[in-house]
This record gives sequence, structure tokens and C-alpha cells, in this order.
Amino acid sequence: MLEVTNLHAKVADVENGEILRGLNMTVNPGEVHAIMGPNGGGKSTFANVLAGRTDYEVTGGDIKLDGESIIELAPDERSHKGIFLAFQYPAEIPGVRPWQFMKAALDAQKEARGEKKLSVREFSKLFDAKVKQVKINPDLMKRSLNEGFSGGEKKRNEMLQLATLEPRLAVLDETDSGLDVDAMRIVAESVNALRSPDRSFILVTHYNRLLHHIVPDVVHVLVKGQLVQTGGPELAVEIERDGYKRFMPEPAAAGA
Amino acid sequence: MTTAAISPTIAAYASEFAAVRASANSNSSSWLTSLRESAWAEFEKIGFPTTRRGNETWKYTDLGRLDRETFSRSFGEISLAEVKSAAPWSDDWQTAVVVDGKFVAGLSNNLSGAGVSVTELEASAAADEAVIKSALGQVAKVEGNAFVALNTALFSGGVFVNVAAGVETEQPVHIINIVTAGADNRASYPRTLVTAGANSKASVIESFINLSDGPQFVVPVIEVSLGEGSTVTHYRIQLENEKTIHLGTTRTVHPANAVFNSTSFATGPAIGRNDVHTLLAEPGAETTLHGLYITNGKSHQDNEISTTHEKPHGTSHQYYKGILAGKSRAVFSGRVVVKPGAMKTLAEQKDMNLMLSHGAEIDTKPSLEIYADDVKCAHGATAGHVDKNMLFYLMSRGVSRHDAAFMLVAGFAGEIVDEFQPAQVSEFLYKKLETIIPGLDSEGIL
Amino acid sequence: MTSSKTPPSSISRETDLSGMEYRWGFVTDVESDMAPKGLNEDTVRFISAKKNEPEWLLEWRLRAYKHWLKLEANDAEPTWAKVKYPAIDYQDMYYYSAPRSKDAAPKSMDEVDPELLEAFEKLGVPLHERQKLAGVAVDAVFDSVSVATTFADKLEELGIIFCSFNEAVQKHPELVKKYLGSVVPYTDNFFATLNSAVFSDGSFAYIPPGVKCPIELMTYFRINTEGSGQFERTLIVADKGASVSYLEGCTAPVRKTSQLHAAVVELVALDDSEIKYSTVQNWFPGTKEGVGGVYNFVTKRGRADDRAKISWTQVETGSAITWKYPSVILKGDDSVGEFYSVALANNHQQADTGTKMIHMGRNTKSTIVAKGISAGFGQNTYRGQVKIMPGAENATNHTQCDSLLIGDKCGAHTVPYIEVQNPTARLEHEASTSKVSDEQLFYLMQRGISEEEAHHMIITGWSRDVIRELPFEFAMEASQLLKVSLEGAVG
Repeated sequence: MLEVTNLHAKVADVENGEILRGLNMTVNPGEVHAIMGPNGGGKSTFANVLAGRTDYEVTGGDIKLDGESIIELAPDERSHKGIFLAFQYPAEIPGVRPWQFMKAALDAQKEARGEKKLSVREFSKLFDAKVKQVKINPDLMKRSLNEGFSGGEKKRNEMLQLATLEPRLAVLDETDSGLDVDAMRIVAESVNALRSPDRSFILVTHYNRLLHHIVPDVVHVLVKGQLVQTGGPELAVEIERDGYKRFMPEPAAAGA
Repeated sequence: MTTAAISPTIAAYASEFAAVRASANSNSSSWLTSLRESAWAEFEKIGFPTTRRGNETWKYTDLGRLDRETFSRSFGEISLAEVKSAAPWSDDWQTAVVVDGKFVAGLSNNLSGAGVSVTELEASAAADEAVIKSALGQVAKVEGNAFVALNTALFSGGVFVNVAAGVETEQPVHIINIVTAGADNRASYPRTLVTAGANSKASVIESFINLSDGPQFVVPVIEVSLGEGSTVTHYRIQLENEKTIHLGTTRTVHPANAVFNSTSFATGPAIGRNDVHTLLAEPGAETTLHGLYITNGKSHQDNEISTTHEKPHGTSHQYYKGILAGKSRAVFSGRVVVKPGAMKTLAEQKDMNLMLSHGAEIDTKPSLEIYADDVKCAHGATAGHVDKNMLFYLMSRGVSRHDAAFMLVAGFAGEIVDEFQPAQVSEFLYKKLETIIPGLDSEGIL
Repeated sequence: MTSSKTPPSSISRETDLSGMEYRWGFVTDVESDMAPKGLNEDTVRFISAKKNEPEWLLEWRLRAYKHWLKLEANDAEPTWAKVKYPAIDYQDMYYYSAPRSKDAAPKSMDEVDPELLEAFEKLGVPLHERQKLAGVAVDAVFDSVSVATTFADKLEELGIIFCSFNEAVQKHPELVKKYLGSVVPYTDNFFATLNSAVFSDGSFAYIPPGVKCPIELMTYFRINTEGSGQFERTLIVADKGASVSYLEGCTAPVRKTSQLHAAVVELVALDDSEIKYSTVQNWFPGTKEGVGGVYNFVTKRGRADDRAKISWTQVETGSAITWKYPSVILKGDDSVGEFYSVALANNHQQADTGTKMIHMGRNTKSTIVAKGISAGFGQNTYRGQVKIMPGAENATNHTQCDSLLIGDKCGAHTVPYIEVQNPTARLEHEASTSKVSDEQLFYLMQRGISEEEAHHMIITGWSRDVIRELPFEFAMEASQLLKVSLEGAVG
């Protein structure tokens, strides 16, 4: 489904400072991949590059979805193709209601795929069900999008959007950071409920905590812009026990 | 600026300028003489800004008195002991004493410090021509400004503070401007030029003390020519009498990464104006303009605070607070201009006012003019009375209503007063507050 | 305003208007009755005679005209606003243009010129009663003349008068005489004075004591004739305990020359009454290159007596130049004034708009929410005055001004004048400037929303505090207008 080959990327408008340096990865339908790694290794950059954030510039390699390159596609076009990014820091947007936002998003997705849009009534029914499913406070739905939401509420709201849009490839960028146990369970339940043979996940995380609740098929370690090791769930356990030390370059090399 | 009608009082200034012109001798620098000439020509052209209609710059401040009363220069005497008792003083500081607008070396102290020299501006005009000529009248421009023009034409001596490149001073330069008792309708034109070398760091205190109780006309101008990466911290203390017109001007031009911070304390005059304009001409420049004004009786204090961002990555903070009592009136006219291309500008502007009596009036106008989109600008203004909830809270702990009100008003002022450094200066101002605040006509609250 | 010496011809340069985005820019071919070009005493008399006005009204007009001559001689055309336009030649325009009806005014909708009805249909303002907007009574003003008023009969049963200004002069002279000029005197300002001399028609509404007007009253203004100024006059009186919601919409054809619109609106809210006045202003803004467009120089003011409330809501997307400060004189104790505004300046549009809240009574309260959107080369200025008079004990004001900049060639300016003469007043003014952030855009686009739609969503969300004050249909229209007006500016 997703094929990333020799991906290089840097912050746009900056001369040097490549963050991704030849990343390779293949995700098959139905698989859950975890990308772990120390801070500054390029995890969030990778998640954002997949979604097409223009703050980053791809300087080499390719990203293919179902065999087609998506490098040139705008973020909304990638979304139409089924890529969903759960943000680490979702933007706050005054005056825009979550309901209104999701209706517009789902309409756009359906239109792009040539499907029939939901009526207001149909959408309301769907949305209300999803609100219950992710156990988000319905009062928040009357407020401006993410404005004044706590950290946990923002993450739940991301899960609500994930559940509503039902993407084919969901990328969760540090969704577990700063969550209490209950919120973590909600995130895990949301993901587990959506697991299906044709839907894939990439969980970007620093800790193994989330992986206690969502058992990944594949675990990768991302260090200095490259996947330095790939394994099964046991790799996450090892990292939980020993940290990232063993994957870090030798101090002498790091200084180079 | 609207061209004013030539008033009969202008003739008095004309004869004064004739005297200045006549006294110019072979010792005078010819460029300074011609600077004064062009300043005078500008003043003659524009006159005092007394027109009311369409006069946005003086919308809330009527200078009609200047068309009716005449003020002229004259110089009194004062002893060092009197100076020391009137203003904050430390032997560690570099202190210049200016009496009725004239620099008096004999009363001054520590003039040549390490890396910082304090001299008479006029006397240095020849020796330091390269530095002074490119700054004097270039930062505080006479065009369209009657009071900068008048000061430039008529200042006596002046003070020149020169901070060498890379020097960081610990002790401030203090310029004590004193109006002596003994004569009414005196005009004085204190002039200060500060040049700060690249990456230098210095602080300058200006105190304006009026020892007379009659009507005077005080027209100070300070211009600060900043070097790249330099920081000048400026404190301005204006303690006036209730008959005096005090119209002060502060001007800076910022090269890259230069910082100018200024805190003002103003109280007392019949008509006061604190006119500050900082021009952030190159990237990365920064300015913080804070001030406190306290008006009582029939006093009128105008604050004209303006910052222009010409280049990217500039930062400006304007924060003024006012305490108004009696039948007094205060004005805050703040202006932040962000020119096209001045991206990543950060600008904040705020004016807060405490109104203590019926009959007092605050006119506040915090304005923004923005021509660049990638900027963060915010402004605000408030006006209100002593907060009743706070008053009640303090009283519920056993503090008398009187003391509680004093604490709240002093606390409101204290936020600005605390900024004055060294601590000796803020202590001096707190002492002043102890007499100023209880004297405010506040309908019995204080 | 800076009236430069550039001759007016510079704005009537030949320009290809085919690429216009303005969708209301058609011209209707109806015969017009016009006064000769230019302004003199005869013009004033001509207009008054055409309207069959009583002597006192002619006298009032003539006094205004004489005052205007004085103002003009003294160069009293306002110059303080932050807008620039070529000097207006007041002798080079028509002051009266009316669609010519074969006989007298139409008695019913069936008698209204079909061309006119069609024009309003195109604008989305159906005048046929059978197609009436649910619960909205419409007075349509075409080139300064009221052509049709719907629902008048039904309103009459409640004692509500809603008709053209001219009809009110004929049928209710005592009301007009009592209130005309009582809030905006003919000496008020240059443009209001001009309007007082030459106003041609407008709307009049009177709500009797204790009556809550059950439907929205709406006036739809349309400038048609080329080179004509539009000078309508609106007077709304809510008697004691009455309430009314009033809507105003405006469009004009695409013209290469600029058109002057100098209207006056007076609101009188007697004790315990409430007037809500909503405007969606979509006059022709000029071409993308800044050619033509309406100069919208309007004086709007209301007086609120004891416990009365006046609320102005405006969405200003049109006009080449907007000069407009809907104001409230809070004369009565416990009176309330509100101002909610979204003003947009795209391409070469210039808007200098805001409000005045004059607090005179005790416990008076005012709220100002002003949002300015600047795009293209647009210049947008909020200019507002809050004045607390000495007797206004315990007055409060809260002002929130926000600016949104789209692109690096536009300008956003905020000029508040806060004048407080009473220590018991509490005032707060806050303002901020922002742009649509990349984070916000990316977030919305990641969910599948196009860049343009994402911009629109963010901008209408940002304007929501104002738009939600509008009646529902108007809110939808306003939101669409913002979108259309910003086409090409975003994305």
C-alpha cells in the first residue's frame, strides 16, 4: 500500500539540515507499524512529510501510495487518497465548529472519490455516534475547533476525526504524548476498532506505552533520519528496557 | 502639520535667535551655526501648532497659551547642595548638571568615565565633529516639529554623551535639568545627544526638576544615535510645577539589533508632553517604551508615543499607565507603524488608566498602522476606577479604607516605578509618591 | 480623506471589464426621469417638487443646501479618514434619477414595471408577494426611489408604518417632521448636509408603542443610472416599548466611473424600545485594477432613550471606498449600544469604518466587535470613538478589534479614540492583528478540504462573532459574499 524509498527531506527555505536521510519503508494493507526513536531523529518530520506539509521539502526519493507517487500532491489531495495525520499539536481555529469542519471534510472526501455526500441528517447521526464512540465531551463540539481544549481533549478530537473519516492509512504523530491512562485507552480503542484488512496504521511514538494497548505488526527504529532497525513487537519491549542507547551512533561519529 | 498663523509671541523668540546668531563667534562650528539657522527657518515657517481644526497631532492638547504668553531664556544660580537635595545623586554616577537649560561643568561630577565621556555638546562640536555632525539634528529632525526646531535653534551648550564601541557600563549617566527659582516666564531648551558605539551598553537618566513656582517653558530634546547591537536604557523623570509648560522630545534611530528602552515618570505641569519616537530602521531592532503619568488639579499630561518598524524582525512594546485626579486631563496617543516588508514584527501597545475623580478626563488613542501581513501586533486600553473588590479584600483584612486605597494606587504606579534603576532612583520616586498620592484630589478615596 | 488634485478622468479610463468577478453588475434598461446634471438651488427645488413635498421640507432642504455651500467654500469635505480618491466634482453628477412610471406610483405589485421586478429578482430580492421571503417585508429602492414595498397591508394592521420615505412625507408628515434631522441634523457633516439637501427617497418605519414587529423589515438599495449619485434617507422610529429588526442590502452595476452614495440613516429608539439594524453592503467595489466603484460615504446614527437598545450589524464587502461610522448616542439611562462589523477591503478597495458610542446616560453600556479583512492592495481602517460624558455614571464599554491580513501588499489600521470624562466608567479596548496561519491551513487541508475552502472556513470562523448577529438568511448571504469577494486573494 505505502512504499517509501530513499526519502530525503529538510526544512523548506533552509540551506542545510537534512532531517530525513534515505528512509525506506513498506506498509502492506492491514498492517500496524510503529516508528520509534529518540527525540530529534525525524519521527514527526516523517509523519508530516507523508501528509504533505509544505514546511518541509522533499529533496530525494519517493513516496508511493498504491504504486503512484504522491510527492507532488497537496495535503488535501493526499487526504482524498486516504491519508490521515493525527497531529501532535492540532491547530486552534476560532469560530469554526468541529461539526461544521468534519461535515466539510467528509463532503470534500466523498466528492473527490465520486461518492454521494451525506445529507445533514445522515451526517449528524454518524457524527453523534462517533462522538459517543470516542467518549469526547459533546459540549466541546459547540466550541471553536481545538480552542481552549485540554491536551487530552485535543487528542480525543483527533480520534473523533479519525473515526469519522475512516482513512486507509492513519499516521498518529505522538498521539500518546501527555495522555493519562484513560485517554490512552481511548486512543487505543479507536485504533483497534478501526483495524481492518485494508486499513493500515503508522504509530509514531517515543515510548512503548501506547504499544501495550495496540500491538504493532512491525516496529522500526528511526535515528538520524534513517530506519536503523526493523523488527517485531519484541523490539519495542527491548527499547522500553534498554532505551535507544544501542541504536545511537558512537560518540566520536556523532561529533562528525 | 498644519501651518499655524504667525503669532505675536513669535517675535520674542526671533529676537532671542538674533542674539544667538550675534554671539556666534570664531569658536563656533560653522555647521552647527547653519544647523541652528535652518532650525530657526523651520520654526518661523511652521510656528506653534496651535491650530485646533484638523490638528490630529495636538488633537487633545491646546497650546493656545503659547500665542498669548512670552517666554525667554535667562539663567539663575544654584549650589551643588541644592542640586543634591533636589534630585537623586550618587558620587559613583556620571552626573551632568544643566541649569535653566545651560550645561554647568562646575556642578557636574565624574564627566570622563571609562568608555563614556560626558561633555558640553557645543564645546565638543569642533573636536568631535565627525561623530556629532552625523547625529545632531539627524535623529531629532526639525522638519514639521516646532519644538525640536526651537530647541535646535536656541539650546545653550547642551550635553553630549558618547559611549565607546563595545563598552558596557555599570553606572548610569545622570543628567539633572534644573529650572531655578527666582524668575518667571523663563524658557529653557535642554539638549542632549547620546551616541552609543556598536555593541555598547549604557544607561542615561534624565531628571527634570523645577524649583520655581511660576510659569516656565521647558522644551527639552534628547536624541539617541544607536550603534549596531548597542543597548541604551533611558529613564526620564519629569517633576513639574502646575504653571509650567513642559514639552519634551525623545528620538532614536535604530540600526540592526540596536535596543532602546525608555521608562518615563511624569507629573505636575500645566501642560506636559512626552513625545517619543523610535525608528527601527534596520532588522532585529527592539524598543520598550514604558511610562507612568500622574495628573492632579488642572494638570494636563500628553504622551505621544510612536514606533516605526521599517525592517523585519523588530520588536516593540509600549506600555503606559495613568493616574488621573482632580480636574486634570491626560492623553495617551500611541502609534505603531509597520512598514511594507517589515515581516516578523512583534508589537504590543497598551495604556491603562486609573480615574479617581469626576472632572478628570483621559483621552487614549492606541493606534496601529500595519502594512505587512506576517506580523503579531496587539494593543489595548483600559480606564476605570479603583477596583472595589480589591479595596474590600484589603479592608476585610483590617486595613483602613484610606490605606487600602493608597496601597492600590501605589501598587498601580509601582509596576512602572520599579523599573527605574539603579534602585536609588526608584526609591527616590517612591518617596515622591508618598507625597503625591495622598495629595491627589480623589473625592475622599485617598 | 486626501482629495488629490488628480482629475476625475483618471478613474474613467477605458478598461476591459469583461473579467469582472462582481456578479451583481448588470444594468437594467428602464426609462429614467432625471434632474439636469449638477447641483444648485434649482436642483433642490426640482427634487422637492417632483416629490410633491410640503413647504417645510423644501425649506429644510434649502437650509441644508445653503449650509453645504458654506462647507464647500471652506473645504470642509472630511480629510481625516485614511482613504484616497480623486476630488469629486459635485457639478458633474445627477442628483435625481427615478425609474419613469407611466402614470403615478404603482398601486400594487402588478403595476410595478416588469423590468424592475426582474432586476430585483436577479438580485435575489423577490418582490412578488407570492414569492415573498418568509417573514420579510421588503422596500426596494431603485436609484434612490422606492419602487415597491411588500407586506405593507399586513403591517398596517399592527399600526406599523413601513413605506418609502416619500410616502411617509405625504401620509405621515407629523412623524417625519418630528424626527427628521433629530439625530443627524443637516449641519452634521459635509456628506450628511449634502444628503439633507438632495435626498430623493428612502425608507421610513414607525413601530407604535409596545408593538414588537413580527417580521424583518428590509430595504434593498440599487444604483442603476450611470453618473448618478444616490442619496437616500432612512428614518426608523421605535416608539416606547417597541422593537424592530431592520435589514438593508445594496448593489450597483459595474461602471467604469465612480458613483457617489451619500446616505443618511437615523434611528430613534424611545424608552424601552429596541432597534436592530443589519446591513450587508455589496456596492460595486471597482475593478481589480481599482477602476470605478461606489464611494460609500454614509452617516448612520441612532439615539437610544431610557433602557432602549440600538444594535448595528454590518458586513461590508463592497464599495471602492467606505466611509461609515454607525453610531449610537446613549442618551437615556440604562441604554445599550452595540456595533458588530466585518469590513473587507480587497484589490484596491479602501475602508475607513467603525463606530461612535457616546455615553450620556447613567449605567449605559456599549459593545464593539469590529473585524477587518485586508487583501490584495486593500486598506482597511477601524476608526472608532467611545466617549463617556461627565454625567454617564457607571458606563461600560468593551471593544474588540481584530484585523486579518491576506498578502503583503495590503494594510490594516486601528485608530480608536477613547475619551473618558467620568471616573466610574469601565472601558476595555483590545485589538489584535493576525494572518491565516500555515498550521491552520495544513490542518484543514489534511482532512481533505481544499486550500480555498480552508481559507474561507478560517475567515468566516474568524468573523463568526459578527455574522451570527445577522438574521439567518442574511448570515448565509454574508458568508457567501466574503467568499466571493476574496476569490483570487487566497490560495
